[in-house]
Amino acid sequence: MDDLRLTERDVTSQDAKIAAKNVQVYYGDTHAIKDVSVEIKDKTVTAFIGPSGCGKSTFLRCLNRMNDTIDICRVEGDIRIDGEDIYDKRIDPVQLRAKVGMVFQKPNPFPKSIYDNIAYGPRIHGLAKNKADLDVIVEKSLRRGAIWDEVKDRLNAPGTGLSGGQQQRLCIARAIATEPEVLLMDEPCSALDPIATAQVEELIDELRENYSVVIVTHSMQQAARVSQKTAFFHLGNLVEYGETGQIFTNPSDPRTESYITGRIG
Amino acid sequence: MPVFWLALIVLAIAALGFAAGRSRALSAAGGDSRGLHSLPTYYGWNVALKAMVPAFFLLLAWLLIQPFYVNSVVSGMIPDSEIREGSSRSLMMAEVQRTATGLDNAIAEGVMDDAFARDPDADIADVTERLKSSGQIVTSEITRPMLQAAQELRVKSAAGYSIMSIAVIIAAVAGALWGIRESLPDFRARNVVEQGVRMLLIAAASIAILTTVGILLSLVFNTVEFFRLYPAMDFFFGTQWAPSFSGRGGSSELGVLPLLWGTLYISIVALAVAVPIGLFSAIYLSEYASPRVRSVAKPLLEILAGIPTIVYGLFALLTVGPLLVSVFGRDGLNWMQSGTAVMTAGLVMGIMLIPFVSSLSDDIINAVPQAMRDGSYGLGATQSETIRQVVIPAALPGIVGAVLLAASRAIGETMIVVLGAGAAARLSLNPFEAMTTVTAKIVSQLTGDADFASPEALVAFALGMTLFVITLALNIFALYIVRKYREQYE
Ligand SMILES: Nc1ncnc2c1ncn2[C@@H]1O[C@H](COP(=O)(O)OP(=O)(O)O)[C@@H](O)[C@H]1O
Ligand SMILES: [Mg+2]
Repeated sequence: MDDLRLTERDVTSQDAKIAAKNVQVYYGDTHAIKDVSVEIKDKTVTAFIGPSGCGKSTFLRCLNRMNDTIDICRVEGDIRIDGEDIYDKRIDPVQLRAKVGMVFQKPNPFPKSIYDNIAYGPRIHGLAKNKADLDVIVEKSLRRGAIWDEVKDRLNAPGTGLSGGQQQRLCIARAIATEPEVLLMDEPCSALDPIATAQVEELIDELRENYSVVIVTHSMQQAARVSQKTAFFHLGNLVEYGETGQIFTNPSDPRTESYITGRIG
Repeated sequence: MPVFWLALIVLAIAALGFAAGRSRALSAAGGDSRGLHSLPTYYGWNVALKAMVPAFFLLLAWLLIQPFYVNSVVSGMIPDSEIREGSSRSLMMAEVQRTATGLDNAIAEGVMDDAFARDPDADIADVTERLKSSGQIVTSEITRPMLQAAQELRVKSAAGYSIMSIAVIIAAVAGALWGIRESLPDFRARNVVEQGVRMLLIAAASIAILTTVGILLSLVFNTVEFFRLYPAMDFFFGTQWAPSFSGRGGSSELGVLPLLWGTLYISIVALAVAVPIGLFSAIYLSEYASPRVRSVAKPLLEILAGIPTIVYGLFALLTVGPLLVSVFGRDGLNWMQSGTAVMTAGLVMGIMLIPFVSSLSDDIINAVPQAMRDGSYGLGATQSETIRQVVIPAALPGIVGAVLLAASRAIGETMIVVLGAGAAARLSLNPFEAMTTVTAKIVSQLTGDADFASPEALVAFALGMTLFVITLALNIFALYIVRKYREQYE
C-alpha cells in the first residue's frame, strides 16, 4: 500500500458514517442496550467485542432496523446514517437495508443457484438493466467476495453445496451485490475453520476501501487483526470505544482490561 | 372357562411370578441389590414375560386353530346323501354351526337343559320348536344327522376349550417356574428383558405389516377372480358403465373410464379450490398473522378438518347444490340440470381439503429456517418478496408433498361424491353435469343383495385395486419429488 492511498484514506475516514446517540433497546421488559452512544467512521473496520449476551448483536441489528422483525423488540434513541435519522417515519426500512448490508453468524445462502444468490438483491432493487448487466454485477460481486475463481465454472450449482467458508464468502458477495454503503457482520467467522477465517479476514480488510464495516467478534485476536476501531460492550453498556491499538494495549476502563486479559468471560 | 377369566388367571400367575422372581434374586444376593447383575425389577419382569408370552401365544393359536379342526372332524359326519340339492357341504356346515350356537343360547335362556341338548335321539320337531321359541334363527329344516353333527360340534368344542384352559395355565406356570429358577444374581435378566421387549415390538410391527399384506392379497385375488369372469380390456378401456343386476339377466358393461374420469375431474376441481386457498391462508398464518390471531385462527381451521365427511356431503346436497342451481340452473345460465354435479362435489371437497393443505403447508413453512428470512430482509427485500422468492422455494418440496397427499384424499373421498355428484357414470367435460367416481361405485356395487361371486360385485375389488395403484403411484411420485429437491438444496 503506497503512502498516497494511506493519506487519502486517513482524510475520508474522518467523517462519521453512523452516529448513534442514547440508544436504548428493550426486549419486552429486558433492557438489552443501555444508553449507548457511538460514532462509526466511514471506510473503517469497527469491531464490537464483549462477553456473550452483552448486546453486541442487538446493537448491530439496530443499525439496519433488523430488530423491526422481532415483535417484542423496542428501540429508543437517535441513530443517524449520513446525518439522516433511520428511525424516522419517512424512512423505509426495506430501502435502508439495501444501503446497510448484513452478513450473519451462520452462512445462510438461499436454496438457489450461486448465480441467483448473488443476483437476488440486484433483481429486487432493479439494479441491472438487462441480463448482460446482471452478469457483470454477479461477476464483480463474486470477485470482490474473493470467491470468483472457485465458483466461476459452476454458477448454476446450488449455493448450499459449497463449503462453509465458501458459503460465508458467497453471503458477503451477496451483500456487496446490492451496493451497500455499510456492511454489518455478526460473528461472520464463528462457524468457519481457521483457513476459511483467514480468507474472510483478508476479504474484510479489502472491503474497508469501499465500505464502512462493523464486525461483531468473539475473538480478540480477530478484532486486533482486522479492525481500526474497537467498541467493548458489557451487560448492555458501551464501556469503552477507541482506536483498536489503544484498547488492546492500554485500555482505560478496568472492565475492558479484565475482559482482554481473560478475566471476564 | 371364558377366555377373559383365563387371561386374568395368566396375568395373576405373571404377577405372582414377578414378585417371586424379584424376591428370590434379592434374597440370593443377600438382600443387597448391588450384588445382582440387573436391577431387581428386571428379574421380576423376566419371570412375568416368561409366564405371559408363551401362555398368551398358545391361547391365541388355539383359539384360531380349534374351530378349523373341529369343523373338519364334524363335517365328516354328514353323509353325502344328506347334502341337499343345490347346497354344498360348506353351506350345510354353516347350518350345523348355527344350530349348535342356537342350542348354546337356548340352554343359556333356560328353554332346554343340557341333557336334552345332548340327547342324540331327541325329537327333532321338539328341538326346532324350542329353538324357535327362544328366538334362535332356524333357517331350514333340521335333520337328524345335522342335529347330531351340531351336538358333536358342541361336545368337541367344549372339550377343546377345557383342554385349552388347562394347557394355557400349565404353560403360564411352567414359564413362571422356569423364570424363577433362573433368578440368581449372575443371571443377566436385564438383557433378557431387553430381548423380550424387542420381540414384542417386532411382533407389533409385523402384525401391522402382515395385515396390510393380507388386505392387499385379498384385493389381488378377488381382482384376478373378476378378470376371469370379465375381460380386462373391456374393464380398462370400456367407456360405458352399465351394470345389470344379477339374476335379472342381461350382460353388464363395466368400463372403468367414466368412473376414473369422474374421480379425476372432481379431484381437480377440489384441488383448484383447496390448494390456493389453503396455501395462502398458511402463508398468512405463518408469516403475517400476529401471535394472537394465529392462536385463534389455527385451531379454528383445524376444527374444519375434524368435521366428518358425511356432514360435508349434507352441506353439498342441501346448500351448495341448490345455490349453484340458482345461479347456473334453468332460472340462471341454464347450464345445470340439478344440484348434483361435478362442481358441487368438487367445491365442497375443496373446502374439506383446505385445512388439510393449510395445516401441512403451515408446518412446512414454519420449518424454513429464520436465517433464510433474515438473509433476505438483510438484503432489503420486502416481506412478500421474501416469501415468494425464498420461503416458498425452500418449502416447495414439502408443499408439493402436501398437495399430493391432498390429492390422494380427494381421490379416496366417497361420501361427498355420493351426496354431491350424483350416481350417473358419464364421460363429459361439462362440470355442471352429474358424474360419479370410483369410490361411489364401489359402494353401490356392494350394497344391495348382489351375489358376491358375480362380476357385478367382484368389480368392486378391481375398482379398489385401481384406486390403490393410483394412490400408490401418487405417493411414490410425491416421495420422488421431495427427494429430488432435497438433493438439490442440502
Ligand atoms: N429475540 C430476542 N428476544 C428476547 N431477548 C433477546 C432476543 N435477542 C437477544 N435477547 C437478549 O438480549 C440480550 C443481548 O443479546 P445479544 O445482542 O444477542 O448478545 P450478544 O450478541 O452480545 O451475545 C441477551 O440478554 C439476550 O437474552
Ligand atoms: Mg450475538
